[in-house]
Amino acid sequence: MSMIHVNTKVNGDEAEFLCDPRETLLDVLRDKLNLTGAKEGCGTGDCGACSVTLDGRLVCSCLVLAVEVEGHEIGTIEGIAEGETLHPLQRKFIEHAALQCGICTPGILVAAKSLLEKNPDPSESEVRYWLAGNLCRCTGYDKIIRAVMDTAKDMREAS
Amino acid sequence: MRYHTPDSFDEAAGLAAKASGTTRFLAGGTDVLVQLRSDIVTPDDLIDIKLIPGVREIAVEDNGGWRIGVAVSGAEMSEHPRLGLDWPGVVEAMDLIGSTQIQGRATLVGNLCNGSPAADGVPALVAAGAHVTVTGPNGKRAIAVEEVPDGPGKTVLEKGEVISALHLPARGQGAGDAYLRFIPRTEMDIAVVGAAVNLRLDGDTITEARVALGAVAPTVRLVPEAGAALVGSTLDDTAMEKLAQVARAACDPIDDRRGTVAFRTKVAGVLAQRAAQIAYTRAKGERK
Repeated sequence: MSMIHVNTKVNGDEAEFLCDPRETLLDVLRDKLNLTGAKEGCGTGDCGACSVTLDGRLVCSCLVLAVEVEGHEIGTIEGIAEGETLHPLQRKFIEHAALQCGICTPGILVAAKSLLEKNPDPSESEVRYWLAGNLCRCTGYDKIIRAVMDTAKDMREAS
Repeated sequence: MRYHTPDSFDEAAGLAAKASGTTRFLAGGTDVLVQLRSDIVTPDDLIDIKLIPGVREIAVEDNGGWRIGVAVSGAEMSEHPRLGLDWPGVVEAMDLIGSTQIQGRATLVGNLCNGSPAADGVPALVAAGAHVTVTGPNGKRAIAVEEVPDGPGKTVLEKGEVISALHLPARGQGAGDAYLRFIPRTEMDIAVVGAAVNLRLDGDTITEARVALGAVAPTVRLVPEAGAALVGSTLDDTAMEKLAQVARAACDPIDDRRGTVAFRTKVAGVLAQRAAQIAYTRAKGERK
């Protein structure tokens, strides 16, 4: 079985890997690039735990083949904090206790960041619809929604 | 699995024509990858068509209609400043599919080629009178969208054929379209019934109408009698009653955990009426 060589950019850094054409971007991020923040929940694009950005667009990395990212840019949860400084969303999630087991959290943070970049002043309904593809079995969602709304407010006031 | 990245549709069709095993074309991958990962379909040849020039473009054609590239995502359609003004029903139908993440990758042509009777994008395309260009070993041919599905999971495309563009007609004056579906929740579900209506007015009178239903037959269905029920009317009660009646008569659904035959048939009439009302309001120039 011949492996394919792929050049890409992950969180701003050049990255390259060899992969089987059947491997997903999620497999390669976790197993070859040691970026284990993105999680595999369902593997069928329903749960959003593997959310990353591809050229700035929110996608499920379980539904992207690794070979497809040649020449494209990937953003993962590992690129959200700046060094030791957490992203405002990460700080608010801790403050609001918007997580319990934490499996869905990386995907939700990536998805919420993508929303706030597109729409800095979302309504509660807009947040709920935007995050409808991110399932959380612990929190009941309210804390997550409140944390996102509160972050958006702080970020608007800071800018 | 061999992964191919052709740079033209002729090359893509040539690869598919020569392939001996299972072949799949890859655009957004939101169906193909699910099938691949659950071992439902393991292609021997996977042909990624996203490197072909123009596949990510939404363009106005010489006739005033729209050409939508086969790899344009749902999010790109929703964000387009003018497509949704001409064809709000088509854009809202595509936008109903899946989550934000799915919208980032899923394509309208993929929705068509997946062949699901419950595909949300397809009834709106059928009502709109859209057609596709198909590139194959013997050159190109045009097919009306309603002719493409050939049963659950099946299309009329032959070996070596690939859809190379999707075309929406010129919108023209006094016209509107709409799509509605029934699901038991508000988001992230598969249509129990879908209904699309596209019509044109002269004053208050409907002069042209096309109605398509989803999830009530083995394929998405164009219902000419339902369009005929609207033409010549002002969407009065008599026309609405006739619309519901012929829409129900066109249903041949299955019973499953999503809905019974009786429920699907009844709801098809109701959704056809409501979609007709929205399309009519839009045709009058009132945005909704």
